Amino acid sequence: METDVLRVQNLQTSFYTDEGEVKAVDGVSFNLPKGKTLGIVGESGSGKSITALSILQLLASNGGIKGGEIVFKGDNLVNYTEEQMRAIRGNAISMIFQEPMTSLNPVFTVGQQISESLIKHQKLSKKKAMERSVDLLKLVGIPSPEARVKNYPYELSGGMRQRVMIAMALSCDPEMLIADEPTTALDVTIQAQILDLIKELQHRLGMSVMFITHDLGVVAETCDYVAVMYAGQVVEYADVYTLFANPKHPYTIGLLNSLPRHDVDQDKLEPIRGNVPSIRDMPQGCRFAPRCPAATDLCRSKLPALEPSGNGNDVRCWIYTEEWDGEAEVEVYGKTRIAQS
Amino acid sequence: MGKYIVRRLLQTIPVLIGVSILVFSLMHLIPGDAAQIMAGEGASEATVEQLREKLGLNEPKPVQYYNYMTGVVQGDLGNSIRSGRPVMDEIKGRFWVTAELAIYATILAVFVGLIAGIVSAVRHSSWADVSIMIVALFGLSMPNFWLGLVLIQWFAIGADWLPEFLKMRPSGWGDSWRQLLLPVITLGTSGAAIIARMTRASMLEIIGQDYIRTARAKGLSERIVIYRHALKNALIPVITVVGLEFGAFLGGAVITETIFAINGMGRLTIDAIRERDFPIVQGTILIISLVFVLVNLLVDISYRMLNKRIDLN
Repeated sequence: METDVLRVQNLQTSFYTDEGEVKAVDGVSFNLPKGKTLGIVGESGSGKSITALSILQLLASNGGIKGGEIVFKGDNLVNYTEEQMRAIRGNAISMIFQEPMTSLNPVFTVGQQISESLIKHQKLSKKKAMERSVDLLKLVGIPSPEARVKNYPYELSGGMRQRVMIAMALSCDPEMLIADEPTTALDVTIQAQILDLIKELQHRLGMSVMFITHDLGVVAETCDYVAVMYAGQVVEYADVYTLFANPKHPYTIGLLNSLPRHDVDQDKLEPIRGNVPSIRDMPQGCRFAPRCPAATDLCRSKLPALEPSGNGNDVRCWIYTEEWDGEAEVEVYGKTRIAQS
Repeated sequence: MGKYIVRRLLQTIPVLIGVSILVFSLMHLIPGDAAQIMAGEGASEATVEQLREKLGLNEPKPVQYYNYMTGVVQGDLGNSIRSGRPVMDEIKGRFWVTAELAIYATILAVFVGLIAGIVSAVRHSSWADVSIMIVALFGLSMPNFWLGLVLIQWFAIGADWLPEFLKMRPSGWGDSWRQLLLPVITLGTSGAAIIARMTRASMLEIIGQDYIRTARAKGLSERIVIYRHALKNALIPVITVVGLEFGAFLGGAVITETIFAINGMGRLTIDAIRERDFPIVQGTILIISLVFVLVNLLVDISYRMLNKRIDLN
């Protein structure tokens, strides 16, 4: 029986701006089983990063968690004090970011920056922490780590910096790693190296990984479970095989349908028509309804809940509920789905 | 680093030559004849002419400049026309009075400015931020001759609390801090305000950087995030301002010294200008320029200490 390291239930995160409250995340639920990798997929602005920052409570000062639960190893982090959160950050849960070029402090050496977490969480001496930093640089595959540890970030390439970020994140043997688009800013060849590195380290150290990306290829390659996000909500959650073989939510189907295929001759890619709704002007019903080819009056007027729909998928869609008011067989982007199943 | 310092020191030579030419020309362009002033209003033309001859004022200007500079490179700034004493001796006693004033004013400005700027940035948009910025705006807008007079009015005359504030400052170090307090506040306030605003702007920019989020993600306390990770980056533009402010204090001391009757370089220069005692004027300006250039060299070196990426060569 698998145990969940992290269980997020109906998370709601808002920001308060001059124009009022902005609900950046409004109904995110997923589980991350121990030692597994969860992918969070979605377009820019769908709330992926805000979900990650909410878990560590690293939100900007005008933002905050408004509701829901973030249960990490049985404890609800939402109730933690700032002091308690500090003991978690960089220790039990650590995070790597999208932009390796700007995520390291330019005025401290790589070694100093890795040492900091070790000194803070593991109470190592400066000297011991520096020795451990060299080991960590070796672990993430940086050549001549003894010399590199004294380098400043500007002396390293983007790929190297991301390796340093990973070394920093792994310094205190975290149980969970949040990787927020760790390869987006890197060259394709370097991307593959970094992905392999994260996978290899995960197996070696037995961590659970939450992988945020907009790249479905990366998801297929690295993840065990996937949560698909749209407009601040999780619309589908499933294990990776089920999701790719039998996607249920029209958005997920459309997303997979829009990918280029190697097995058939395609002249054009098929996009999902329309645009993501503005965060200030969300549709009253299902948030995908304005773009959904199968949308009915029910979809446009009432927001569906994220519910189990058999064979492993949790779906936020009326088609698979008793209340469905459309055809019994629905065709979405060339795929037929049996309603209410 | 050593090479760099030597090169920068050599570079000060043309700067100082330029300054000396400028001051030399200005002093000779403005109307007024030192010999006439020295001899007095009723002196005969022959006496004045004799004095001119003695002071070398009849030589062509380039020759006068050449003679002057020959002395300067040997450490001789000439003699005061008024007192006849070597300019070096005249300046020596006064220099430390002004330097002391400028150094204390800089310390005050940096101390108050940094703390106010950091508090403002960390508590961005709070009442503390707003009030600090209003006070800073006042500090920046008040001319220091006015501020000096107000301080005298409040503390020394009106309240009669601290009459010794007004006592004439003797030259040299180690005098009572009470006598220094008001002049230092007068001189340092505008600098504190500039540094506060600069620190706030710089800190606000840095706090929004990705690496500050990284530091927080490591579980570091807010104190370490702000004072270690943010401040070290934010200090780079602030240090430039500190260097410039110190120079401004040296020059600006003229007014403060006049208000508080302090016998420093500023007063010496003003009196010398009035009496067309140009060896003194040239001497004081040359020395102040030299100090200014050296302080800015220090600023450049400290950049390198803060951010290894800044390549001095």
